[in-house]
Amino acid sequence: MPGKASQPYSVEAIDWPATIHSALKSQRVRQVSYVPDAGHRRLIELCHADENMTAVPLTTEEEGVALAAGAWLGGERAALLMQSSGVGNCVNALTLASNCGFPLLIIVTMRGEWGEFNPWQIPMGQATPDTLRLAGVHTLRLERAEEASTTVTAAAQLAFGGYGAVAVLIAQRMIGAKSFGEEP
Amino acid sequence: MNDAGLDRRKVVAALLEQRDTLLVVAGLGSAAWDCTAAGDHPLTFPLWGAMGSACMIGLGLALAQPKRRVLVVTGDGEMLMGLGSLATIGAQRPGNLAVVVLDNERYGETGMQKTHTAYGTDLAAVASACGFADSRMIRGNAEIAAVRSGIHRDKGPLFFQVKVRPDALPLVLPPRDGAHLKHRFREALLGEGAAAQ
Repeated sequence: MPGKASQPYSVEAIDWPATIHSALKSQRVRQVSYVPDAGHRRLIELCHADENMTAVPLTTEEEGVALAAGAWLGGERAALLMQSSGVGNCVNALTLASNCGFPLLIIVTMRGEWGEFNPWQIPMGQATPDTLRLAGVHTLRLERAEEASTTVTAAAQLAFGGYGAVAVLIAQRMIGAKSFGEEP
Repeated sequence: MNDAGLDRRKVVAALLEQRDTLLVVAGLGSAAWDCTAAGDHPLTFPLWGAMGSACMIGLGLALAQPKRRVLVVTGDGEMLMGLGSLATIGAQRPGNLAVVVLDNERYGETGMQKTHTAYGTDLAAVASACGFADSRMIRGNAEIAAVRSGIHRDKGPLFFQVKVRPDALPLVLPPRDGAHLKHRFREALLGEGAAAQ
């Protein structure tokens, strides 16, 4: 794992991507689309390996907003995984959720907020919570690995039970700041 | 070359004739008006915005409903904004999805400005390169019956770029309340219990 020194909690004791995967399963999420991020690597692998899920790699994040709308029209639940830089790509597509009341569950790994090495990540990372708020997406912040399951479950209930657009923002501090020298 | 294009309203009316259980997503603008002119239907989801989204809504629907046929009808401008979705569909290869692009080589709602297809972009070639099972340019009315048959029967994903005339036609507008459009579609597809899910 990169950036161990910056992690305040013993994240390696908790396989939080696996707990998020389990939470998505228990919430009957069937389609999981993504633009990859290093922080989502294990969750993406788990979704690809899951016979009851369809993992959909996207060319750009807004595709996943539309995919989730189509899934709901067809009676299925979807989730969308991305890095915070992808939130800006989604803005106009998010009118689907706000106009039609489509449930939308987004899980965002944050960049540009904790020990960020790459200055190009900082503007969008810092603008991510407000961008989502302005686009009508409720945000839940996930800071501690042991709260991954409860936070994603709560977000899924808001989305699919409350017909809301909800994003879980996973703190960069929890994932570990990307350090190019130490990247696997 | 567009003088030789087909009549988009007649093309769509022919494609949606006896649509049976077909699920339809209509891209914003003229494609949505064409689908409405052919007969507003609860199993048509017309878009009024979110430009570039039509194909991906179709993919989500096709994955969720593998036993139903799904048709996306959209325009060349809308398709160009979501060009990456052709690669995403190519990676999933849903056998039950067809995309029809009504290509008038214009942005019809904004003053008939030329789109990239007027400058030579070959959308059917893009779809083919992205892994669609069949991808064709359609220029003649005689081919439309085969397109309709393919939409209902052939293994997808299918892509048809239909060259149509850049006509300014009377607006035939579908309902524009998105919540209503979503709800009526789900109820027609999933039954009355859909609202309780």
